[in-house]
Amino acid sequence: MLLLCLDSSAVASAALVTGAGEVLGSFASPDTRSHAEVLAPAVRDLLAGRGVAGGDLDGILVGTGPGPFTGLRAGIATARALAFAWDVPLHGLMSLEALAQDAAGHARAAGHEEFLVLTDARRKEVYWARFALAEDGPRPAGGPGVAAAEQLPALPAYGRGAGIYADRLARPVPEFAAAQPTASSLGLAAARRTARGEALSPDTTPLYLRESDAKVPGPRKRAGA
Amino acid sequence: MTDGPLVLGIESSCDETGVGIVRGRTLLANVVSSSMDEHVRFGGVIPEIASRAHLDAIVPTLREALDRAGVGLEDLDALAVTSGPGLAGALMVGVAAAKALAVAADKPLYAINHLVAHVSVGLLEDSGIEGFQGAFDDGLPGDLGALLVSGGHTEILAVEDLGRDVRLLGATIDDAAGEAYDKVARVLGLDYPGGPAIDAAARDGDPAAFRLPRGLSAGKYMGSAERPGPHRYDFSFSGLKTAVARVVEGYEARGEPVPVADVAASFQESVADVITRKAVLACTEQGLGTLLLGGGVAANSRLRELTAERCAEHGIELVIPRLPLCTDNGAMVAALAARVVAEGRAPSGLDFAADSSLPVTTVSV
Repeated sequence: MLLLCLDSSAVASAALVTGAGEVLGSFASPDTRSHAEVLAPAVRDLLAGRGVAGGDLDGILVGTGPGPFTGLRAGIATARALAFAWDVPLHGLMSLEALAQDAAGHARAAGHEEFLVLTDARRKEVYWARFALAEDGPRPAGGPGVAAAEQLPALPAYGRGAGIYADRLARPVPEFAAAQPTASSLGLAAARRTARGEALSPDTTPLYLRESDAKVPGPRKRAGA
Repeated sequence: MTDGPLVLGIESSCDETGVGIVRGRTLLANVVSSSMDEHVRFGGVIPEIASRAHLDAIVPTLREALDRAGVGLEDLDALAVTSGPGLAGALMVGVAAAKALAVAADKPLYAINHLVAHVSVGLLEDSGIEGFQGAFDDGLPGDLGALLVSGGHTEILAVEDLGRDVRLLGATIDDAAGEAYDKVARVLGLDYPGGPAIDAAARDGDPAAFRLPRGLSAGKYMGSAERPGPHRYDFSFSGLKTAVARVVEGYEARGEPVPVADVAASFQESVADVITRKAVLACTEQGLGTLLLGGGVAANSRLRELTAERCAEHGIELVIPRLPLCTDNGAMVAALAARVVAEGRAPSGLDFAADSSLPVTTVSV
């Protein structure tokens, strides 16, 4: 089992992950504003670096957000086009699962049974999801949603969203104040799911969580009426 | 069927997801998925809604185009995509998908200028509408001008060499003509998109009923051929839109019914008059003997009629592509890329960015 994993919900990232949970190669951009530029070259280099052809893949996994719209779409468009061209199965997984995967070790060591993962939703809000720590790792227990940090429950909070709004959260985890979802961690979260017998979802619908800002115009003001 | 490179082009700069496939100058497929219906209630294109629609339409549109052309990705000589100008978020979807295809199929990718692509449909065999066909069938004229009029653009171009030398002679400084149609349609209580609605309403109206402004036509903007003013070939439609609103408000204030047909006809006359006047002026002064009319507003009956009339008066040959090639589509992107490929130009690589304000001087990135 070999998955090409992509995530563009925050930074642009790509990784080759095996079903056994081994990361064969990974890429993550240093910024959150160049997804459409860097993702395709990263995929090309990643495959070439491991001598893997597209047809060798057992599937493509893409993070479905939540995340800023334009960047999120770049990753999903890339994944959909690759899956079409290579004729390999396409899977989607909520991007915050990647952060939960990374946070699990720390949460377990600290004795947290439940925790939040937060990313930057801009406009003074965060994207959030709640996880419960099971034997085999974190399981979704709420969300995803978009909210102001102070509206969230007083659970340990991991991720860059918690770093930005640490002063408005009850229990931000400083060691994870800069953590972002990555494709390699998304792949590991997926491997853990398949290991416990859960099928990966074929749904790659983006989790926008917000409508476009457009307002339907009201009736035009009439002069002299 | 012409010989030449087999190229697939992707267009996503506004509200149309287009995938076209050409072999040299032969059109094999031109599939377009439009999100226009989703914008109706807003009275104009909403960029975020257009971008969301592109993401869902891109692979189905791609599949259908390949099916219709009867080719596979592996058969292609090159891929092409509009990299600008256009709506940034919308462009990004097409660019991301095109790069992924280039990686997956291991094909060269060309990043193409949307505006120059509009002109390049004239290269395609049998691309002209009845009565305006043929100028490009003997090869591209060296004295080619283009008038692009759509919901997002109003430009006059001088096309010295389609593959490498295109100059912007004039452009709108505010609204695009199609945008003005949409806004005026709203003022008149007509449907979106405004172009067809106003065109239809204007048929029963008197184009001379109201004397509406011709933007940037005053001497201080125009100057003379020898000493051109700052906006000799430029357009402005926001004043016209306001003038229409004032007329309508006047009737409403007096409690009289608005003469919709007359206002529509007078507005349409103003738009067609100023556009064709300036385009013909540019052709005459810049030595352009052929004019290609492109963009969605090329469907407008009065604009077509007046352009034809004035081009004929000035001995300018007019080329009007068939409407599906005038509106945004992927075939135009493929057509321009096929020419760029045939000229032996290097592909764009995978690192280029979408550029919402890509200048026409950059034909291929």
